[in-house]
Amino acid sequence: MDVNAIFEALRPYLFPLLFAVVIVAVLPLVAGYIVLVERKVMADMQVRLGPMRVGPHGLLQPIADALKLLIKEDIIPESADKFIFWGAPLISVTCAMLALSALPIGPFFQIADLNVGLLFILGVSALGIFGIVLGGWASNSHYSLLGALRSAAQLVSYETSAGMAVVGALLLAGTLSTRGIVQTQSDVGAWFIFVAPIGFFIYLVASIAETNRAPFDMPEAESELVAGYMTEYSGFRWALYFLAEYTNMVVVASIATTLFLGGWTRPFANTSWLNILDYFPTLMMLGIAGYCFYRAPKQPVQVQKMFMAAVGLLCALVALILLVPLVAPADSLLASAKPGIHGAFWFLFKVASYIYVFMWLRFTFPRYRFDQLMKLGWQFLLPLSIVNVAGIAVALTLSRTLGWPRILCFLLTTILTLAAAAWLVRVSEKQPTGIAAEGEFGDA
Amino acid sequence: MVPIGHYLFLSAALLGIGIVGVVTRRNVIIILMSVELILNAVNINLIAFSRLVGSVEGQIFALFIITDAAAEAAVGLGIIIAFFRNRETVLADEMDILKW
Amino acid sequence: MLDSVTFYIFATLAVVSGILVVTRRNVVHSAIFLATALLATAGIFLTLHAEFLFIVQIIVYTGGITVLYVFVIMLVNLDVALHQVQFNRQWLVALLLTVVLGAQVVAALALSRGTLYNMPPAPVTQLEPNTEQVAWGLFHTYMLPFEVVSVLLLVAMIGAVVMSKKRV
Repeated sequence: MDVNAIFEALRPYLFPLLFAVVIVAVLPLVAGYIVLVERKVMADMQVRLGPMRVGPHGLLQPIADALKLLIKEDIIPESADKFIFWGAPLISVTCAMLALSALPIGPFFQIADLNVGLLFILGVSALGIFGIVLGGWASNSHYSLLGALRSAAQLVSYETSAGMAVVGALLLAGTLSTRGIVQTQSDVGAWFIFVAPIGFFIYLVASIAETNRAPFDMPEAESELVAGYMTEYSGFRWALYFLAEYTNMVVVASIATTLFLGGWTRPFANTSWLNILDYFPTLMMLGIAGYCFYRAPKQPVQVQKMFMAAVGLLCALVALILLVPLVAPADSLLASAKPGIHGAFWFLFKVASYIYVFMWLRFTFPRYRFDQLMKLGWQFLLPLSIVNVAGIAVALTLSRTLGWPRILCFLLTTILTLAAAAWLVRVSEKQPTGIAAEGEFGDA
Repeated sequence: MVPIGHYLFLSAALLGIGIVGVVTRRNVIIILMSVELILNAVNINLIAFSRLVGSVEGQIFALFIITDAAAEAAVGLGIIIAFFRNRETVLADEMDILKW
Repeated sequence: MLDSVTFYIFATLAVVSGILVVTRRNVVHSAIFLATALLATAGIFLTLHAEFLFIVQIIVYTGGITVLYVFVIMLVNLDVALHQVQFNRQWLVALLLTVVLGAQVVAALALSRGTLYNMPPAPVTQLEPNTEQVAWGLFHTYMLPFEVVSVLLLVAMIGAVVMSKKRV
């Protein structure tokens, strides 16, 4: 067996496999830390401190949570369907992680650049609904089933609007491959959020509903239906569902970043006098490292002091890694790593900002009632997204065939779509009269 | 590429399984699921020939069949739900109101 | 060789899932195996270089139709169904007739050994770029069937809504 021949045969699969292993290994940790960030952000908005005891500033909280969940007793309801009960969280987690395989985290860090990448992500996210519905069914309990059906209905309703918003951005990009979409944004020179802001807004709202986050978290809020489809799940199975939910958040944020926020490109990538922004990643990480070193002596326990200093050192190391490609001589190997490393940083920064907006909205708005949620999805968001697609198509035709300036076309489209949105809001606020007024809940 | 005969065999196998499902089971929902299997077998056949000939028309036809299957599943399941509301059964031999 | 391996994996998965769909007593298990069979078929489409159909199969069939089936099963499921007879009274005759039909098809395929069975396929580049070619065909050559299918979907939507409304 010739080693060289085997290596040559395996080479196209080596890098994707490596990236896949990295993502699958890192993702549970990342999801756990997103939970910690959420609790800290929630605490910050509620003027309190959040988890502070486990590790310095609560930094080891996710690890403690994961350990606790692992050693919990695994309870299966007696009349539950064991095969489906076992398989449902697996389906959720698999689909969530599979969707990450077509997303480019940097110009070089992508598991698979499919021709139909974006549709693949949409399709696999649609498969995630299965995990929820089967989980609710397998638990053989009323709360689970009702929560599962409500959650699935919500997901299906907002999936159409999200798909239409994505189609709007696709029309602008002209290609379904995710790498191609980011390339087009850097070629055109404007992120698609500035070209199609309403499309971004629709996608933002639809993605909040897609991931069952507040204010659309009726199916799984603590005060409604116990915990929805996750009621009968305990211990590690529940952790799998939780992991699936937070991975879905990361997926949805990555899609928005790729489609609307320019993927891995730096803000103002085409203006050369703003190249000083290249130093922003380094400065930000140095700032965080400085803060860690500042707080280290103030920790109560010696171990926590050392841990805080270690975190500071880690941030300083990352800052150094980000700085090296910028100061290395222009032709060396180190300088050629700049797009990869800085691209990855900007992508993760944008994903983190999008998730921060999710959390911000969660702690600001009250929950939608289920019928209000469905009404919003079908009677406001779906018509608006269809108008958005039509508007973008019209703008593209005007600018390509008639030669009108692009800014004018897209400005007109945005104004038209805003007018349609205002009309839809006005129509939905009118009180229905006659037979329609005797609806199921007796009010509008 | 695998010889096209293999794809035709697979298509025939799925067709046979689907037909067995339609004519043998009592539960109407499983009958509908077997019809979906038959439609999928036809799709495999069409797309295999599209690959053989190198023309994309087989794939367009398969796309239309997928759309048709979606429409048929929606309406068929609506009928089943409407019938279930009336007669409380989903078994094919018990749906005999039109018999004389 | 990779072609053969992927084909056999997906083909076995499709056939085994198909058999399980038809023979399970529990309807929800049948629905899950239907989803697996549809995913395996999508894999077969991918081995035939039909990328767009692969995606459409996943989105429409597995992500839409199977979820619809699971919903309806949850609405009409009766516990008593688990103890009823699953196969109807004419199952033996039906099975025999299907075997005869299958034998005919297999005989036809076996007759084509040497001509159709091993025919070399056209070069792959004729099918690329796949999505663009499908789009071109759909919106250029086959525009009328496309519009007719949209009307069909509208009719199906209206029909499903009308049939599931409660009689006031």
